Amino acid sequence: MLIKRPNDIKTSEITDEKIYHQRRAFLQTGSRAALAVAAGAAFPGLMFSNDAAAQIAALQFKKNARFSTDEKVNSLKDITRYNNFYEFGTDKTDPAKYAHTLKTDPWNVRVEGEVEKPADYQIEDLIKDSQLEERIYRLRCVEAWSMVIPWVGIPLSALIKRFKPTSKARYVEFTTLHDPKQMPGQKRGVLDWPYVEGLRMDEAMHPLTLLAVGLYGQVLPNQNGAPIRLVVPWKYGFKNIKSIVKIRFTETMPNTTWNLSGPQEYGFYANVNPEVDHPRWSQGRERRIGEFFKRKTDMFNGYEEQVASLYSGMDLRRHY
Amino acid sequence: MRDVKPFVSPKLVKPLVFMACLLPLAFGIWAGFTDQLGANPIEEITHRTGDWALRLLLITLAATPLRRMLGWGWPLRVRRMLGLFTFFYACLHLLTYFVLDQFFDWEEILKDIIKRPYITIGFSAFVLLVPLAVTSTNAMMRRLGKRWGQLHQLVYVIAVFGILHYLWLVKADYLLPLIHAAILLALLLVRAWYQRQSLSIRRTAPQPP
Repeated sequence: MLIKRPNDIKTSEITDEKIYHQRRAFLQTGSRAALAVAAGAAFPGLMFSNDAAAQIAALQFKKNARFSTDEKVNSLKDITRYNNFYEFGTDKTDPAKYAHTLKTDPWNVRVEGEVEKPADYQIEDLIKDSQLEERIYRLRCVEAWSMVIPWVGIPLSALIKRFKPTSKARYVEFTTLHDPKQMPGQKRGVLDWPYVEGLRMDEAMHPLTLLAVGLYGQVLPNQNGAPIRLVVPWKYGFKNIKSIVKIRFTETMPNTTWNLSGPQEYGFYANVNPEVDHPRWSQGRERRIGEFFKRKTDMFNGYEEQVASLYSGMDLRRHY
Repeated sequence: MRDVKPFVSPKLVKPLVFMACLLPLAFGIWAGFTDQLGANPIEEITHRTGDWALRLLLITLAATPLRRMLGWGWPLRVRRMLGLFTFFYACLHLLTYFVLDQFFDWEEILKDIIKRPYITIGFSAFVLLVPLAVTSTNAMMRRLGKRWGQLHQLVYVIAVFGILHYLWLVKADYLLPLIHAAILLALLLVRAWYQRQSLSIRRTAPQPP
């Protein structure tokens, strides 16, 4: 099981007070929502909060300060109630309402393609040999809003080394679960399911690239991509594929979902770039959730120093 | 025309519709004060005001078809009010964009209006609404006479622009804009149908000797 209950550590030692209070607030909103359901309000999915409450389990992790921003972290409520996860609906409040139908235990991840030993891994086996780290990253959505999120996870590079990709592996392709029963949003062909994302090998091996299994020190809530999701902080949010069931190493560039949906609007690279606008809106500024004034968007979402070298010599207007 | 017994006294229709049209605003303000606008309140307010401007526009356009098909007279009596509420929510929508979203960054706003097709067409729809609101008084109707009707044909252009504005801004899920488009199309078809009928009636009517 992914959920570890460390008996030897007191809750107070692993949960700072602020997070504790945010957790209380999260539970309170949850019970209020449950009351609303009881009162007959038309929000069928809000009961998720009770499951979430039962699920809340602290993860053991070390804080990685070197890779963390010291910016103000967004609240757990904002992070878990406002996000895109089209598998549960296209409104940003849908994932929180409907993701309770996702079953994350047991969960297998198939590793295949250009690797020495293609195999199915239980998620516990995937992460057991790595030390979980908390990394506070900025997340910039292609829709021009942003958040600061304390993820818990492991560097993707650690796993890739274990998988031993062959010399032909130039890209990594990730696939989300495809099961309309668990993911009701997949009953409508809004996107070409299953959701597929990809990275170039050097991007996947970059130390900033994270596979997250937790948020705010707790197991990932379903609506945020449980049980395992990608986090690439210098790219637009849609690259951060959620609820991964397949990792495939390929020689050719994977066809990714949003790129197929709108090739002029969503590129394979999708690096945060204030100079290259989305055809329909500006990418020069963003609204940080919780702030009134828009702020300037930074090149590579502020990770330019760490990642710019990956793209030296590339025309980023063409490879958007 | 069928003789329909009214559910409510005709005197009450106007105040009731007036209050009903204020409900979205009231709910919005209530949601604002009780922290129910979500993580991105500015986006939520933008969406709500825009949704209601478009919905009220379609409701306004339903007045004539409702009279033709069901014989209801009361929608026509509140049509002007509905049109003005459409304008009211469109104003709130635009103000939200100017003030809350862009905070009077006129350079950025101008760039948006010129460069972003969905904003260009949405803004055009608003600009076209202004003369209709200004000429909505009885005095203006009398003054403009026949031209008043011609001017107010603009409402069809505005409706098409409004729906294109919606259609062009969504990322992948076109369902809601297409539902609005289907409703507009249905309303226009009903009008066209009755217009053709009245034309053919005129044509087949016995000519005066």
